[in-house]
Amino acid sequence: MKTADGTRPVRFRRGRKWLPGLLLVSPSIVAIGLFVYGLIFWNTRVALSGKHDEVSEYGFDGGRNFVDLWDQPSWPGAVRNALVFTAVFVAGALLLGAFLAFLMDKGVRGEASFRIVYLFPMAVSFIATGVVWRWLMNPAPPERAVGLNQLFDKLHLGALANDWWQNPDWGMAAMALPAVWQMSGYVMALYLAGFRSVPEDLREAARVDGASELQVYRYVVFPQLRPVTLSALIILGHISLKVFDLIMAIAGKQIITYVPAVATYVEIFDRHDPANGATIATYMLVAVAVLVIPYLVWSVRSERVR
Amino acid sequence: MRVRAPRHRLKVFAAVAMTGALALAGCGANEDDGSDDDKSEVEVFSWWTGPGEADGLKAMQADFAKKNPGTKFTNAAIAGGSGTQAKAVLASRLQNNKPPDSFQGHAGAELLDYIKAGQIEPLDEFFARNNLYSVYPKQLLDQITYKEHIYSVPVNIHRSNVLWYNPGILEDAGIDGPPQSIADFITALKAVDDKTDKVPLSLGAQWTADHLLENVLLGSLGTDAYNALWEPGAVWDTPAVTKALHEFGQIMRYTTLEAASTDWQGAAKAVVDGKAAFNIMGDWAYGYFVGEAPNGLGKKLDTDFKYAPSPGTEGTYMWLSDSFTLPKNAPHRGGAIAWLKEVSSKEGQDLFNPKKGSIPARTDGDKSLYTGYLKYALERWTSPDIKLAGSFWHGVTANNKWHTDIDTAVGLFLQNKDVGKLQQGLVNAAKNSGQ
Repeated sequence: MKTADGTRPVRFRRGRKWLPGLLLVSPSIVAIGLFVYGLIFWNTRVALSGKHDEVSEYGFDGGRNFVDLWDQPSWPGAVRNALVFTAVFVAGALLLGAFLAFLMDKGVRGEASFRIVYLFPMAVSFIATGVVWRWLMNPAPPERAVGLNQLFDKLHLGALANDWWQNPDWGMAAMALPAVWQMSGYVMALYLAGFRSVPEDLREAARVDGASELQVYRYVVFPQLRPVTLSALIILGHISLKVFDLIMAIAGKQIITYVPAVATYVEIFDRHDPANGATIATYMLVAVAVLVIPYLVWSVRSERVR
Repeated sequence: MRVRAPRHRLKVFAAVAMTGALALAGCGANEDDGSDDDKSEVEVFSWWTGPGEADGLKAMQADFAKKNPGTKFTNAAIAGGSGTQAKAVLASRLQNNKPPDSFQGHAGAELLDYIKAGQIEPLDEFFARNNLYSVYPKQLLDQITYKEHIYSVPVNIHRSNVLWYNPGILEDAGIDGPPQSIADFITALKAVDDKTDKVPLSLGAQWTADHLLENVLLGSLGTDAYNALWEPGAVWDTPAVTKALHEFGQIMRYTTLEAASTDWQGAAKAVVDGKAAFNIMGDWAYGYFVGEAPNGLGKKLDTDFKYAPSPGTEGTYMWLSDSFTLPKNAPHRGGAIAWLKEVSSKEGQDLFNPKKGSIPARTDGDKSLYTGYLKYALERWTSPDIKLAGSFWHGVTANNKWHTDIDTAVGLFLQNKDVGKLQQGLVNAAKNSGQ
């Protein structure tokens, strides 16, 4: 509005230019207000209500639920699982994506088709990915092996066979593999676009100064890609904190791969405990907000500078 | 049926109700008067979409249509094993006060949440009017009675405590027959482990460990002590339970490494395929074993597999039952009652059960319709000296909260293998259940 106000004051006053615009966005403002912020409010209210079954009234328990949740035997494990999954998934997808983009940027023959191949897994839903990887990551011993373990066995690499996501300590790291497979192509596309936006003369200048190719990337290209890295980080981070469908498709509701989103489902639909489910949902919202809000602040600030 | 005049109005009403208009649907429900209830249609909500069960439902539906020509039947079945998805949909419909006319639920404590929330009606009058008290086993009715009321109409009975075994592997391991006690069972598992390269006991995802747990508890504690675990104020931190849980832990050592990656079908299949010696699973496995491809495995009883009561549970029938309810404010109460009459009838149950692979909950079912394992099951079910125990995992004895908390305790046990923590988890689960 400000710019419109500044550039065309006369027409603004006369033609009421803002009205059609407002009419155009108002349905989405109302819809978002109701279905996003309204429901966030409602969810928080349920979380604070102490309503642990369907019968009792909505009360107010002063946030006790947020503390009590940590005494639930399944909850600390769910948090730990989410953190392990996030760390492996985000780091894995970023590194693999950046590496693929780097290779692509060096000029591969048939780049377009490689790009499609790498990007394609993103078109698959997590559920479908999960069904396939559930089979690939079956931990059965050699005589009953299927999937990756069978492949390793046939290649006489039996030592590589392992119990994947059923490993009690680091199973969630294996659970992140399908997610890395699925999202690294997307990260590659982000980075590739970023690489291409770095002017060639900058690289030339560095090369003339005697920088090796790796140094060109390390000191010239990547520093300019901080916004790309940050967006990728945010996108991957919020996917991973909310991961649900992949886990349900591979493992279902089992404690060994319990994560907050699965816990929400179990609390609401299996235990019939709305307050606990809403509390977990609120924790997830806060966790994502911790990621997203600094990003929003940062992007608003950098836009203002421009 | 009411008078002729509102007929087309009823049709319009039906159409509107079909699109899910809440306000109109609410108007159709009458409070008490049985004769005036809307019988124009009935919407029946279930999770019977799989092979066998869907056919059984269809057969019952056909019989229903013959007996109630004026009632339009709507099958609102939602796919998903043991009703996980269906229950989520049902919960939101009930919360929005938009109930189906009748919905499926496991008979027993699984319905407690609905009962306490006032979402389903007691059916004592229905049972009395249709003389049902004498045709269901008394122990069954006792076990599904909550505060002197019955809230659902059982249509079938499944058995949870069945041991499936591969006779060939038992022979190789030098075991004469199915183990009769938990101690024998552990010895047999060890023999299989030592003498063959087969899996002693196949297991599937976490819930099949819960199923195994209820069978070990029943076999180790005995029927009365098992049943007492689910009474109000029951004590779970007794030495007897500790012993049973230690046995459970020992048995778990002989199970499949890849258990979490397979569901019950994969685990059961290992027995008939000659890869595993034993499997403990409900008797729905029988239909899966003998059924024809693509839905069954086409295996032969006695050559490919045999069955026995799970160790230590001879003489006890650990049952679970699918049943139908009457939701409060059902839009077509008359249709719902006609449907309940159908599912409680001898003909309805005898049409449904042979297809589903279960036995009728009534004791007067036509014995000639049930062959193979089902013949044995029906004989045991109707035997006068049989003792009944309710399956906790399949919704008979534990409400949803208790059920989920036991599942969590078992899930944690699968990782930490700590019997002490498991027992503490079970004690807490019983205490916090609010049942």
